[in-house]
Amino acid sequence: MRIILLTSDALLFALLATFILLIFMALRKEHWRRPWKKVLEKPLGLLSLLIVILYFLVALLDSIHFVRALPETTNGALTQYSTQVESVLDNLMAPLGRITEKTYSAPLATKLYTKQSKLLPNGDWVRDYLPLTIITMTHAVPTPTIAACVAQGAVFTLLGMACLISVLLLIMSYRQHSFNQAWQRIFCKKTNFPWYTLLVTLAVLFFLISTTMLLIPYYHVFGTDKVGQDVLYAAIKSIRTGILIGTLTSLVMVPFAVILGMMAGYWGGLIDDIVQYLYTTLSSIPGVLLIAAAILSIQIYITNHPETFTTLNARADIRLLALCFILGITSWTSLCRVLRAETLKLRELDYIQAAKLLGTKDGRILANHILPNIMHIILITVVLDFSVLVLAEAVLTYVGVGVDPSTFSWGNMIDGARLEIAKDPLVWWPLTSAFLFMFVFILAANLLADSVRDAFDPRAED
Amino acid sequence: MLGCRKIIVLIFISALLCIAGCRHKVLNDPHASERTQGTDNTLYTVFSDQPKTLDPAKSYSSNENVFTAQIYEPPLQYHYLLRPYQLVPLTATAVPIPRYEDQQHHPVSANASNIAYTVYTVHIKPGIFYQPHPAFVKKQGHYSNLSLSAPELKHIHTLADFKQQDTRELTADDYVYEIKRLASPRVQSPIAGFLSGYILGMKDYIQQLQKVSEKQPAECFFDLRPYPLAGARLLDRYTYEITITGKYPQFVYWLAMPFFAPIPWEADAFYSQPGMKDKNITLDWFPIGTGPYQMIENNPNAQIVLEKNPNFHEEYYPTEGMPTDKAAGFLKNAGKKLPLVDRAVYTLEKESIPHWNKFLQGYYDKSGISADSYDQAIRVTEHGQLEVSQQFRDRGIYLNTSTDPGLFYLGFNMLDPIVGGNTKRAQALRQAISIALDTEEYISIFLNGRGVSAQGPIPQGIFGSHTGEMGMNPIVYQWQGNHAQRRSLDEAKRLLAQAGYPEGREAKTGKPLLLNYDAVSTGSPDERAMVEWMRKQFAKLDIQLYVRATQYNRFQEKMRTGNAQVFFWGWTADYPDPENFLFLLYGPNGKVKHGGENAANYENSDYDALFVKMKNMENSPERQKIIDQMVAIARNDAPWMWGFNPKTFVLSHQWVSPTKPNMFANNTLKYLQVDPALRRQLQRTWNQPIFWPLWLLLIIVIALLLPVIIRYRKKQHSPPKRY
Amino acid sequence: MFNYLLRRILYAIPVLLGVNIITFLLFFAVNSPDDMARAYLGQKYVTPSAIQLWKSEHGYDVPMFYNEKASGISKVTNTLFFTKSLTLFTFNFGMSDSGRNISYDIRHRMLPSLAIAVPILLLGLLTNITMALLLIFFRQTYVEVGGAILCVILMSISSLFYIIAGQFILAKVFHWVPISGYQSGLDAVKFVILPVIVGVITGIGMGTRWYRTLFLEEQYKDYVRTARAKGLSQQRILLTHVLKNAMIPILTGLVVIIPSLFLGSLLLESFFGIPGLGSYTIDAITRQDFAIVRAMVFLGSVLYIVGLILTDISYTLVDPRVRLGSSQAGS
Repeated sequence: MRIILLTSDALLFALLATFILLIFMALRKEHWRRPWKKVLEKPLGLLSLLIVILYFLVALLDSIHFVRALPETTNGALTQYSTQVESVLDNLMAPLGRITEKTYSAPLATKLYTKQSKLLPNGDWVRDYLPLTIITMTHAVPTPTIAACVAQGAVFTLLGMACLISVLLLIMSYRQHSFNQAWQRIFCKKTNFPWYTLLVTLAVLFFLISTTMLLIPYYHVFGTDKVGQDVLYAAIKSIRTGILIGTLTSLVMVPFAVILGMMAGYWGGLIDDIVQYLYTTLSSIPGVLLIAAAILSIQIYITNHPETFTTLNARADIRLLALCFILGITSWTSLCRVLRAETLKLRELDYIQAAKLLGTKDGRILANHILPNIMHIILITVVLDFSVLVLAEAVLTYVGVGVDPSTFSWGNMIDGARLEIAKDPLVWWPLTSAFLFMFVFILAANLLADSVRDAFDPRAED
Repeated sequence: MLGCRKIIVLIFISALLCIAGCRHKVLNDPHASERTQGTDNTLYTVFSDQPKTLDPAKSYSSNENVFTAQIYEPPLQYHYLLRPYQLVPLTATAVPIPRYEDQQHHPVSANASNIAYTVYTVHIKPGIFYQPHPAFVKKQGHYSNLSLSAPELKHIHTLADFKQQDTRELTADDYVYEIKRLASPRVQSPIAGFLSGYILGMKDYIQQLQKVSEKQPAECFFDLRPYPLAGARLLDRYTYEITITGKYPQFVYWLAMPFFAPIPWEADAFYSQPGMKDKNITLDWFPIGTGPYQMIENNPNAQIVLEKNPNFHEEYYPTEGMPTDKAAGFLKNAGKKLPLVDRAVYTLEKESIPHWNKFLQGYYDKSGISADSYDQAIRVTEHGQLEVSQQFRDRGIYLNTSTDPGLFYLGFNMLDPIVGGNTKRAQALRQAISIALDTEEYISIFLNGRGVSAQGPIPQGIFGSHTGEMGMNPIVYQWQGNHAQRRSLDEAKRLLAQAGYPEGREAKTGKPLLLNYDAVSTGSPDERAMVEWMRKQFAKLDIQLYVRATQYNRFQEKMRTGNAQVFFWGWTADYPDPENFLFLLYGPNGKVKHGGENAANYENSDYDALFVKMKNMENSPERQKIIDQMVAIARNDAPWMWGFNPKTFVLSHQWVSPTKPNMFANNTLKYLQVDPALRRQLQRTWNQPIFWPLWLLLIIVIALLLPVIIRYRKKQHSPPKRY
Repeated sequence: MFNYLLRRILYAIPVLLGVNIITFLLFFAVNSPDDMARAYLGQKYVTPSAIQLWKSEHGYDVPMFYNEKASGISKVTNTLFFTKSLTLFTFNFGMSDSGRNISYDIRHRMLPSLAIAVPILLLGLLTNITMALLLIFFRQTYVEVGGAILCVILMSISSLFYIIAGQFILAKVFHWVPISGYQSGLDAVKFVILPVIVGVITGIGMGTRWYRTLFLEEQYKDYVRTARAKGLSQQRILLTHVLKNAMIPILTGLVVIIPSLFLGSLLLESFFGIPGLGSYTIDAITRQDFAIVRAMVFLGSVLYIVGLILTDISYTLVDPRVRLGSSQAGS
């Protein structure tokens, strides 16, 4: 086995590290801790945070890639590796996505959705609904019914929640030195923290995940698509793409916007003129066209340099990164403008002037006095932009300038399913699944963004 | 405030009245305005690709042929009903019989060994007139529209803005003029290079015109009349002669293609005037012909309208057909004067969903079937026959199927070190892949069975092909009782091991075998599924497939430089002769070395020798024998995985007369008939708007608003709160 | 004022030049004229000489920035950059790679674009402001909470979904309007209804939230407190004071986008088969017709800059305190 580190993986983990570092730093400062506490104390905020974290977890697990070693041949000296790149997530979800059918099958179905030609023993051809591979594959045990799986999932959930609650109670009674107090904290609304929301959400998530895991070996929970690929698998694999686009774009955009915006606002003059010229020019180009132009160019670059991108993943990855990069370029201008104006205002404040008079270096003033004061704007923008970017991916893919067609993404799923709703009988599940997974994520992200904004925006006084 | 409320209520009530008044009226007719404009004897249909040019010398794709074939008339056409395909005169008086000559232009017999030239003499029927067109307008014997000044052009935005129109008789000179145009550097005909190998003196003529053209200003009429072309001579007003070097019996088929349609020099002069191009008034967009239809509106962004040419010469629906044609209704209109439909409205329809739905609503008369709507429309009977589903039969929709004269294949680049070459090893590898790639599954998933697995380079129905066991490719299939069965995967794996890749790994190093698949990315929603499917096929042999999808132009470049490994491509025949397929594997046609159409760069000396022999033969048992040998060689070498021949399924509504599918004739619009009264009646019954959801919506909105209003009233009366 | 406008217009020139350079580099750095020729010439019998001919006819057979072979001024003018990019400044967009006059097509496609963009803008404005006012009016009641959540839900649904669902339900099942298509003149109405409804619904989530924030900001200003202290009803305050004062940011925000309405909506137009500039652009992208894409980029930039200038003017009109020409620190 050999670990493969794609560029986007590396960037995602770098981002994660920065994020964790920031959290630790923030926890030490009261004015950062308080708003976050506010976010967590709102049931909606907590709920959405939990869901976003779950999605992120999936994306992270899907970002650890490796290739397996092939079995040794008799005369082979060197170990050879498979060209199939897998991720940890693939193996966790295992048989999911491994079994493919011939073509469409409905969610939880046992037979194909359309009739196929079948050769009878007497040499005649008939058209009939063929049973699915996942059903005919010899299992040691007969296929359990859906109800059985659901019931089993419910039992698991109850057990799991019981364990979790007892562990929680144990820890809290240890910290509070009283079981009674711990019990009251959790169940009698003695604190601001919405324990009920936490527990119910966890229970629901636990139930959904465990039931799905139980169903996976025997059913295609969300059906299969045109070539028999499991739809649930595709929808889950798309999470990573969505999150990469939402986060890496910010990674590209924020440094640009912050550095240029602060410089322009603080020093003014020629620098200000140049920065203003830069963002006026960039923002005057219609965004979609700029993205289209850049993606078409990248595509041509990739085909002209096949030796640089030797694997499918590398090629898809570079296109994804290019998309993030170009989305970053088109979206940094608005943040830059806001930051410039804010810096302009801050620059005139007494304490900054005082620091200037005292001979503090400009760099120090920017880093120590101005940056912390515009941090909340950056945070709010990043969180608000996140969902917009994930939605944009779907639209761009429709236009033909989105991610690589071989990448799993909601946009690709929707684009591919566009024709299916004209089918009669209707094939609704690929489209619905993509929309559902995307909707839950975007909704959570939007709700989280709202809570974060309410908590951090000094003007919002609810 | 109150007044405002009253107005809102008024608007609301009038809207309701409007809707109530619309009862029993169809609201969703996309052609309503079209209908009020004139005759209802109209065909409504679609085009999905915008034509790039309608100039007969340039246009070479099927989406353009749909229009050019109705407007331009080459000297010959294919008989509408008779099979095998047969050429009949269109504007010519008879199908020209070739005359053979030796080096000194002395006549020799058809079997002579010293044939140097072939001469075709074409007589044109007198009394054929062009469609009305401003280019022909004359005042006192002078053309008045051929040298327009800028002020005169100022108020001209489209061709219809010319008030005066006139016509002129078709002469043989117009045909000669068009052949010259094929060589003109200003036209850039795609077949100029190809034809210069055949038409006498064409090569030099191209260079001559190139030189002359460079001296003349770019934006003005480049008159070709003063420059004679040896291979296309005018004999008299109604006769011209084409001279071919050597013998090329298939040339006569070219005379049925729009490339050899007439172009009056006046049209060329008219469209070449400065300023016309800026208004998009060019031959590319406004064709001028003698055919049954003329183009009266060309908006490639929305719709194209053809209308009956008032000057169309007499032509009648054929009276003789194949024995089954009478029963099929193809002879219903026998002997009637053509064309039968007065107008044809082609609407641009890019997305397949709206297209399909409008067809179901009755707003398009004919439609193809996309793979996604197949199961809704077609069912298979107990006996394996195809027919329209019950739901469609109730609506009176009927089906026409035909096999296209084309093929799609998976080619191996024979110059590639791994898959290419005539070694036993590479041959086994290619054969193994050919077996593993389940074409039948492809046809069933992506085409819903609208295709047949190809057994060799020549599609069914073309001379040289066989049916049944005789036609089976024994490399890939086995005959089992009554059908061909694809050989098993084990056999493919055995072949793969023979090729030196047991279990998909190089025997020596243990490296997994990785092949590159060069695909064209089309942007179609199915693309991802197709790529995924292809990967699955190769994975059956444990071969890893690396897909390199590029735009079509890049793909062509890769093919030209030989950088492809495994690729998917197609070919559509120009004429019904096996030569047009077998030449795709002829060595001297190699893409990389000779720039020909042999994309696989296949080269086998035995095959090439047989091809030269077969090429100029008339269809005969001897020819069949040679073709069989060639096909056997090609099958064994497997430079292609033979792929499939697509079938076209066309659905028509009951008000459209049955049309016999014709693979090579495109000018079939004139044979088509519609019943407008029946159409209007059915459209009305099928498209009654359903209004109850509107009322439901209204009730829901009111139900939602009611508490809001109540609250609002309450709030208004309570003292203001402090926030 | 006049001086200021002149300065702004002059400032537009370097911006547009920058736009030109960016697009030129993007397109020509990687996509050679040979590729364009091959893309256009199509399927069969494409020979190198045919490509050469196509290039010379479309003017792609000259160097990019500097022509060594030419003499004098044409060393610079007889180049791709000059002929293909700088000529855009004269609004002469030239021929598309498929041989049609671009300016002609743009002129003809503007109207259909406006026919859906303008109703969407106006109706959207009306709906969104009404919704936002309602939310404010019912502040801290279940109406507001429900409305806000509804907004987030509407925002979280991909616009593709609205289009697909709208086409399916209203046109296919209920037969209210044609599924797609377009006719000029009054007949356009029935084709436009569905895209407009879809367009308005797509915008409700974002729009309502945006106006709500605007109104909320006004809500906390001193004059509202004063008005309330005087005993004015909430309804009066909202409609007369808050709305009136919020009009300034609303109007100036609108002015920026008005010129861009000409560009149309990419998605709506291509789904509903409306022959506007949006579908023109999408077609050009998929066909890789770079001449059209370049022209559209340029046009888009020009319209955006026009919008910016109009915004400045409208500021002075609605808010007499703003004087143009003084220091523009905060613009």
